[in-house]
Amino acid sequence: MDLGPLPQLVVSGILTGLLFALISVGLTLIFGVMDVVNFAHGEFLMLAMYLTFGLALVGLNPIFALPFVALAAFVLGAIVYRLLIRRLLDGPPSTVVFGTFGLLVFLQGAAQYFFTSDYRSVPNPPFQGTLHLGNVALGEAQLIAGLGALVMTALVFAFVEFTEPGRALRALSEDRVAAQLMGIDVQRMNALAFGLGTACVGAAGALLMLTYPAFPRVGTEFALTAFVVVALGGFGSVQGALLGAILVGLVEVLGGFYISPALKLIPVYALYLVVVLLRPQGLLGRR
Amino acid sequence: MTILEIRDLEVDYDGVRALQGVSLRAERGTITTLVGANGAGKTTLLRAISGIVRPQSGSITFAGRQIEREQPHAIVRGGIAHVPEGRRVFATATVRDNLLLGAYVLRDRAERERRLEVVLAMFPRLRERFQQRASTLSGGEAQMLAIARGTMSAPTLLMLDEPSLGIAPNLIPTIYAGIRRIAETGTTVLLVEQNVRDALQLADRAYVLQTGRVVIEGKAKDLLGDPMVQKAFLGL
Repeated sequence: MDLGPLPQLVVSGILTGLLFALISVGLTLIFGVMDVVNFAHGEFLMLAMYLTFGLALVGLNPIFALPFVALAAFVLGAIVYRLLIRRLLDGPPSTVVFGTFGLLVFLQGAAQYFFTSDYRSVPNPPFQGTLHLGNVALGEAQLIAGLGALVMTALVFAFVEFTEPGRALRALSEDRVAAQLMGIDVQRMNALAFGLGTACVGAAGALLMLTYPAFPRVGTEFALTAFVVVALGGFGSVQGALLGAILVGLVEVLGGFYISPALKLIPVYALYLVVVLLRPQGLLGRR
Repeated sequence: MTILEIRDLEVDYDGVRALQGVSLRAERGTITTLVGANGAGKTTLLRAISGIVRPQSGSITFAGRQIEREQPHAIVRGGIAHVPEGRRVFATATVRDNLLLGAYVLRDRAERERRLEVVLAMFPRLRERFQQRASTLSGGEAQMLAIARGTMSAPTLLMLDEPSLGIAPNLIPTIYAGIRRIAETGTTVLLVEQNVRDALQLADRAYVLQTGRVVIEGKAKDLLGDPMVQKAFLGL
């Protein structure tokens, strides 16, 4: 039986989905721990991409830049939490929405001003070869980006599941008051979660530069997909984000091929609407 | 020696004055109980002590230090554990993880393991359920877990909010025996109960709270014989 381009599309969809997963895990982690929907999540991705681009200009391969970019993103996230989000949390819930949306507009505007709206790609990009597995042809860069995202997602999952701070983060996301009664410092853990969530998009930004250009609005594109993934998988669920991301990656790639690249998001949102109508808490969400 | 002293505490809760000048003291190593009807302010008092709600005025002194403005995590670190109403165990976490979270403030790993053995010896049922998720426990087991979790940090003061609420009646003696044993190790206990008879039989000292004020206080044994207490709470 000739499956035509289907195997190629499925592999490509999964690899795309793995990058979505890393971005979405960051978003869902922040939401799970402090009930904040961070609208500026994509803008941190954009900043990480520019940082990776800058490091590439001085000759650093994005893969080697990744740990540094992720660490820088962690620090940035923790600082943004301390300076901004923490104060927003004292107000009514809509304050956080407008606050993080304001941060989105500010960061995008600043990028527009400082970096212009030109597309920036890594010069002399590494991993330009193609791997052939049967009749599936895989760009090395795409493969490394996808597998790198899988490794990072697994690391975040292991941190949340198997370490002591991870246990505290899970406790906080389940019952904030009970967690406080255990002696967990909410402000400190919120800063950790925001830093970790931002580090996820930081790592994703570095990986994305292997196959994608940086530009001021690049974050919006990916963040929108991440919101769909998180709602689809269930707010606050790391496994849900992984599952949702792979589904969205598959639907996007298959839809782009069989319908039209310009309309690839339509099946994604159709899937989202169906899941949310039938299971409002998302595939693996609680409540 | 007085370990906890509360003076003229006033607390607003949901826009209502829940505590209207409550004063109370607990002696080290004793069991003090706080009884009263629903809405009398018992839970609010515990929440004020653990820093979850902020008092409008008054003071809370614990082990010689004023704590009414401290953050909840600092209060736990200072030696107060609060087993909240409705247990509030972490349902998706295992029994083990719940207990380890109870020892979150203990930095020393060996000390945490040692505490784990102590509380498992106190509630053997939890050892059988050690790797199960807390959501699979019965109400009584979950209450044991909540109490065990509260004692994991080896607190100086253990506060229990309605430990017999929603528990199968045949398990209540087990829960109370556990509380008695915790007190025998020298831990000061502040027990909030609607189950007035059991609480008064267990405690050394008692306070009766009514619409945010202390209306009766005294030795628990004396309150058992108090006509007003008998009429209002014991159905005599």
